[in-house]
Amino acid sequence: MAGIAIIGAGECGGRAALALRDLGYEGPVTLVGDEPHLPYERPPLSKDAMTGEAPAIKAIATDALFAERAIRHIHSVRAVAVDRAAHVVQLSDGSSLPYDKLLLATGSVPRQLPMLGLGSRCVYLRTFNDALAMRAHLSAGSRVAIIGGGFIGLELAASARKLGAEVIVIEAQPRILMRGVPAEIAGIIHKAHEAEGVSIRTGQGLAAIADDGKEVAIALADGQKIVADLAVIGIGAVPVTVLAAEAGLAIDNGIAVDERLRTADPDIFAAGDCCSFPLTVYGGRRVRLEAWRNAQEQGALAARNMLGADEAHAAVPWFWSDQYGLTLQIAGLSDEGKSIVRRDLDDGAFILFHLAQDGRLVAASGIGPGNAVARDIRLAEMLIAGRAKPAPEALGSQAVKLKSLLAA
Amino acid sequence: MSDWVEACAAGDIDEEDVMRFDHAGRTFAIYRSPDDEYFATDGLCTHEKVHLADGLVMDDIIECPKHNGRFNYKTGDARGAPVCVNLKTYPVKVDAGKILIRIG
Repeated sequence: MAGIAIIGAGECGGRAALALRDLGYEGPVTLVGDEPHLPYERPPLSKDAMTGEAPAIKAIATDALFAERAIRHIHSVRAVAVDRAAHVVQLSDGSSLPYDKLLLATGSVPRQLPMLGLGSRCVYLRTFNDALAMRAHLSAGSRVAIIGGGFIGLELAASARKLGAEVIVIEAQPRILMRGVPAEIAGIIHKAHEAEGVSIRTGQGLAAIADDGKEVAIALADGQKIVADLAVIGIGAVPVTVLAAEAGLAIDNGIAVDERLRTADPDIFAAGDCCSFPLTVYGGRRVRLEAWRNAQEQGALAARNMLGADEAHAAVPWFWSDQYGLTLQIAGLSDEGKSIVRRDLDDGAFILFHLAQDGRLVAASGIGPGNAVARDIRLAEMLIAGRAKPAPEALGSQAVKLKSLLAA
Repeated sequence: MSDWVEACAAGDIDEEDVMRFDHAGRTFAIYRSPDDEYFATDGLCTHEKVHLADGLVMDDIIECPKHNGRFNYKTGDARGAPVCVNLKTYPVKVDAGKILIRIG
């Protein structure tokens, strides 16, 4: 028995390996990752790992646990080719790894700026080592330019301010968080950053960026010049698909899989950031999600299906972001909505419910201090999964418990 | 050793809900189950020390508000990723409409 090979040892791959053992699979399980670390949680990289005195890895398993569960973790090695006919993966250390079932959990990498020749003062954030490199240039008074007003950029802006750095965020779109966050909530986050002393320049293209290894000189499209000690580039992520593409598997904004996370090859599955899949809850709309919980859920689902479960991905997309004392949580895809109902909670927190034309609840976006919106967003997620059409008046009234709508 | 501490009135917690209770520098979560029994656990999730009282109670499960780690609040058992460490539980009794927990 060749067993199950998992390429990519991030949240998704790591969870898949553990899930296989939880499910009682007794064959060989091999987890291959190109980083030197155990699988670890990436969300803290832009938050606690950046502001803590000594950034530490939050691993999802220990070497001892992997040993106890007979999971072989091969680190610092890439998969370079898949021979589908022979059921063998070629690794960058020259060895070959046979498989009965193969899971591609290759993740995503930061989208690169098209400018060439950027040096050590222009950084992207994906790995723990990236976080360490960035942290070395962050301190009180250091000048930080953040290219891209998305989640990574804004979380890093908040962390850099906590350390006392001077922070400018440059966003090409007319507002921050254009993708997937309603304008009203993006506006609250924008104000929170300005109140904390971050300068945000929206609608600003980048004309030039030069990095001499000591400083970064940035020219904006309108002619403004910015000099920074560090430029952080957070302009999105692209799925890692080259291994799958070279193996002849279909690519469609990610490794294309069905709702059971299978590629066209019955022995190859893909999960997490690297794959696009039809989202059952929105009638099979093909999406690719870059989210921690999705990586975790799909890793576990792929494990079940590799063992024959034949189960469709039914989860509602969900993610969160922490900036200063605020937490944002979004369940569902808000662009599926046609109208919005607002529900005000205590302490200035609120939730926007996004309803489709036919009244179906398709998404909920909430923001507030601490975990003020968490419980209602979780309930909204269940309503979305159940394709509920709750009365807008009930959604809008804090007096009506969302839990009471679940049974309806 | 086995001090019973008054946490709240029985009516302070809705059925199938949870409340935070802080005492002597520690934080706890007190639960009222759908069948009207009371339970108590440590107040913070074993994953990233988030207050569980902001989370959702469904049947026997408390779900962490931050990363959806799940525990059976009656037994403290962790129910899958990302939580792997069980939650400590405490004995609870109802006395004259008051909820008391025994903090060992």
